[in-house]
This record gives sequence, C-alpha cells and structure tokens, in this order.
Amino acid sequence: MRTSDITSDKNRKKEIMKGLTIAAFLAPALLLFVGVLIAPIFMSTYYSFFDWNGMGSRTFVGFKNYAELFTSEDFKFGLALRNSLLLAVLSVFIQLPLSLALALALGKGIKGERGFLSVFFAPVLISTVVIGQLWLKIYNPDYGLLNAALRAIAVEKTNDPEGNVIVLKTLEDVLVKWSGDVKDVLWLGNQKIALGAAFVPILWQYVGYHMLLMYAGVKGVPVDLREAAMLDGASAGQVNRYIVLPYIKPIIKISVIFAVTGSLKSFDLIYVLTNGGPFHSTEVPSTLMISLMFLRNRYGMGSTIAVILIILCFAFALLIGAAFRKED
Amino acid sequence: MNENEIYKVKKTNPIIKPIIYTLLTIWTLINIFPIYWMFTFSLKDNAEIFGDNIAGLPKNWLWENYARAMTGGKMGIYFLNSIIISAATIVLTLIAAVMATYAMSRIVWKGRKIMNKFFMLGLTIPIHSAILPVYMTLKNLHQLNSYQALIIPYSAFSLAMAILICMGFMDDIPKELDEAAKIDGCGIWGTFFKVIVPLMTPALSTIGIYTFLQCWNELMFANVFNSRTQYKTLPAGINELFGTHTTDWGPVGAALVLATFPTLLVYVFLSKKIQSSFMAGAIKG
Repeated sequence: MRTSDITSDKNRKKEIMKGLTIAAFLAPALLLFVGVLIAPIFMSTYYSFFDWNGMGSRTFVGFKNYAELFTSEDFKFGLALRNSLLLAVLSVFIQLPLSLALALALGKGIKGERGFLSVFFAPVLISTVVIGQLWLKIYNPDYGLLNAALRAIAVEKTNDPEGNVIVLKTLEDVLVKWSGDVKDVLWLGNQKIALGAAFVPILWQYVGYHMLLMYAGVKGVPVDLREAAMLDGASAGQVNRYIVLPYIKPIIKISVIFAVTGSLKSFDLIYVLTNGGPFHSTEVPSTLMISLMFLRNRYGMGSTIAVILIILCFAFALLIGAAFRKED
Repeated sequence: MNENEIYKVKKTNPIIKPIIYTLLTIWTLINIFPIYWMFTFSLKDNAEIFGDNIAGLPKNWLWENYARAMTGGKMGIYFLNSIIISAATIVLTLIAAVMATYAMSRIVWKGRKIMNKFFMLGLTIPIHSAILPVYMTLKNLHQLNSYQALIIPYSAFSLAMAILICMGFMDDIPKELDEAAKIDGCGIWGTFFKVIVPLMTPALSTIGIYTFLQCWNELMFANVFNSRTQYKTLPAGINELFGTHTTDWGPVGAALVLATFPTLLVYVFLSKKIQSSFMAGAIKG
C-alpha cells in the first residue's frame, strides 16, 4: 500500500515534469504562431464588423462591410477579385503547362540538364521588387527595351529613288493602332492591356518554381516503369501521358494550389508595376486592402478583405484537393 | 524461350530533339536577357540607355553608378538592415522550429499529432490576415520602425514550413539513438542538444536558405511596418529609390544589381542545395 502510493506519487511527478518539458519545447513556436498568425485571424475578423478609422471609436456595423464590398461600386472589390481570378486562370492554363513541358523535357535526361534547370530557376530567387522595377524599365513607353525592339521591326517599307530603304510602318506602329494609344504603346498605362502586361513578369518569375517541383516529380518516376512501357512499344508522348503524369499528379495538385492561392494573394509585382492602376484595371484584393487600410484609413473595410482572402485561400485549397481526389 | 520475339522500342522522331533544344535555348534567353540587360544598364549613362546602345555592352563602364546607389540611394543601410533582419529571423525560426519538432517527434504524448496539424495551418494562412492586427500591436507597443518589427512576424510566418521540413527529417533519425543516449545518462535536454541537434544540420541549412529568401525578398510587411529609412529593408528601400532617382537609370540599375547579386552569387555555388530546399517543403507536404 505504502509502496504503491510512493510509486504513483513518483509517476505523477514524472508526468508533470514531462508535461513541463513538452511545454518548454513548444513554447517559443507556440508563442510566435499563436501571437502572429492565429490571434490576428480573430482580430481581423473582429475588426471586419466595425466601421473604424484606426483612431477614434469604432462603430459596430455587423456584416455591412461585407455587403458593401460586394455591392458598392466605390471599392472596386468585384473588379479586384475578378482580376485575381483571371490571374489564377492564366497561371493554371499558361504558366503550369509551360512549367510541365520544361520539366518533362529536362526530366527525361538530356545533355545540359543541370545547366538549363539552374538558369530556369534563377528568377525565383530574385526579389520581386527588383523584377518589378526591371520590367517597369522594359515596358517604359519611351525608352524601354520592348518598344525599342518593336520599333526596330519594319512591317512596311519602301525604297526612295536612290534605293535607300525607308521604313513606313514599324511593328510598334501596328501595336499602337491596336492598343489605341497615341505615340507609343503604354503597356502598363493602358487599361486594355495592363493586366496582361503585368502577368508576363509574374509568369517569367514563377515558371521556374513550378518547373522545379514538377522536375523533382518526373525524376522520381522509377526507371523500370519507364523502360517497361517503352519495351511495350509506348512512344515518348505515351510514356509521359500514361506513366509520368499519373505519377506526378500529387505534385501537379500542389502546383495548382500554389498558383491559385498565390494569384488570390498576389501583391508584390502588381504593387510595384501598377499599384492597381490605371483606373483600377489591374487592381487585386491585396493592393485594394493595403490602400484601404493605410491610405484611406478604412481599417474595418480593409480587414474585411483580409478575412475574405483567408476564406478564399482555404476554400480553394480544399476545393482543388477534392477535385484531384475525385479524379482518382 | 522465344528468340524470335522482338522487343521494339519506338524510336523518337529525329526532328524532335533539335526542336526541344531550340525551345529550351529560347527559354534560356528569355530568362537570361532581362538579367543581362539589368547588368549592362547599371553601368551606362542615360545617353547610352536611351540612345542607340540600348541592349549592347556599355561603351563607358560607369562604375560610379554603384557608388551613387550606395550613398545617394542609401543602399548600404538597406543592405545592412536586410542582413540583420534575415539573420535574426533565421536564428529565431530555427530555434523555435527544432524545439517544437522535438516535442512532437521524440516525446510521446497525446495530442502531438494534432499539434503538428495545427502548425501546418500556417502553410495556408496568408500574411494578409496578420497585417493590420500586427501593425496595431506594434504601434501600441511603440515598436514600429525597429528590427524586431519584422524579425518576429517573419519568424512566425516561416515557422510552418520550417517545422514541416524538420519533422520529415527528425522522423528519419532512428529512435535507437535516443535510447542509447538515455542509457548513457542523457535526459531529454541532453538528448536534444547532444544527439538530435547535431544530426539535424542538413535540415537546418535547408530551412535557413528557404527562410533567408523569404525575408530577403518580402515587401508587404517591410513596407508597412518599417517606413523609416533607418530600418528599411532592401525591397522597400529600392522601391522608394525610384521616387527620387527616376531620371537617372544607371544608379537605379546599380541598386537592382546590388540587391540581386548576393543571392545569385550564392546560387552559383549552392544551386543544388538551394533547389532542394525549395523542393523539400512542397514535395513532403
């Protein structure tokens, strides 16, 4: 009786010690995680029910911010959401297939594989701000690389009496007419084409990232599987279609999730290139959120966008996951 | 048994290979050319950039553009701030992640799986959700415009990926080692510091690289939390540079190169390691 009391006491002490040790090991991570990620979600949700300019008192307005965001034309939220979904569609249907094609070409094992891989991945490492500023220069209407290149291409030319070539029309002239600009194509300043122009650097930067993920998957396909299929007479295309693609499906799923949620959250490049302009034609939820919060002091409304973004990110991640599972 | 049975491997069409190489080469040029152009115009004056030498090598190599970016553009300060903040973030992230992973991977207790799932939520939570609450908290504590204003949020947002990588790695370390250490008289802390941490070095460098690139390039928090020059990081600083130096492209190009050069230089030597650190998280997740 005595002894068992002592052992149970000892055990309890041991349990408490163990609990304390676990708590000590978890403490730094939990503090950071709960303090900076979890608690703010609740705070943002709370803020989103108020009309609040950050300084004075806040007025509880319930779901009014949400309703206003979707119905009022003032905030351009519908447009911002549409733009980010358009970016998502472009990413999934242009960026990812391009990445996949590169990954398949490199993953088969060709000469110079490592070199190509390293070059294609390099843009991922460059700061988005640098890439944005660089592309601002490329797109510059007067002095940019792009318009300079277009100006150098003659579409229509003739010869003067002495036989010298006179350029009547350059490719830029053709594009100016098509874009409706006056002298030069204002890539990022033209409402019609700004979003498309802003997508190019996004594509340029992140193709390498998706390619790398898919490449790792392609490399993971067992060699015997490939060889067996080829011995059965499968062509390279068929091997890709029936062996490689099913094998790397989990990675494609991750890429699609990253591409879609990344588009919803996109901020850096748009902020640097256009900051949502001209006339909101490239506005995305993040740029709108930042301008509402820190330029217009609409803290409640800005938080509402933050909450909608959290919900959309989780919803799309689950939805895409489910879509891939259903296909199995 | 049947020698007449012929296995025929379909030959790939001979035209396909050159086509693939041509396309890969074109994509290589598309990747390299803007970077090359950035390097060249960082060494030119406006007359050359706007004139007839848009894409060629500079005629006069204007290294003074770099000096102007460093001093006039305050690139030196931004650079130092970025290094301090990145380094501190890496240290904090590593400590928190390795400790938490140890508690969830090596110590057996109810709820450790759920705790891990809880941390993994961090992979999907966008930084947008935190920006205003963290801003208000920092403001109330008078901590805006400081190193910790970025170090703490960056570490918190790097945590999920760091734990994910750590977990995959620590689960592969044989449990027998822990038992051997226990027999040798190591307690939980002893086992952690003497056995586990030294074996985790490859994972730590993977996390370090990944975390470094995240905070070296981050813009949204940097822009909002640290608006004073003294504490600005490179991305926020560079973006501001263009308000003041818009007319002169050369120093601007130099600033861009200065911000890019360190990462690209490290990449040249550690390309495989860097690539694998980007793959680690995504593939295991």
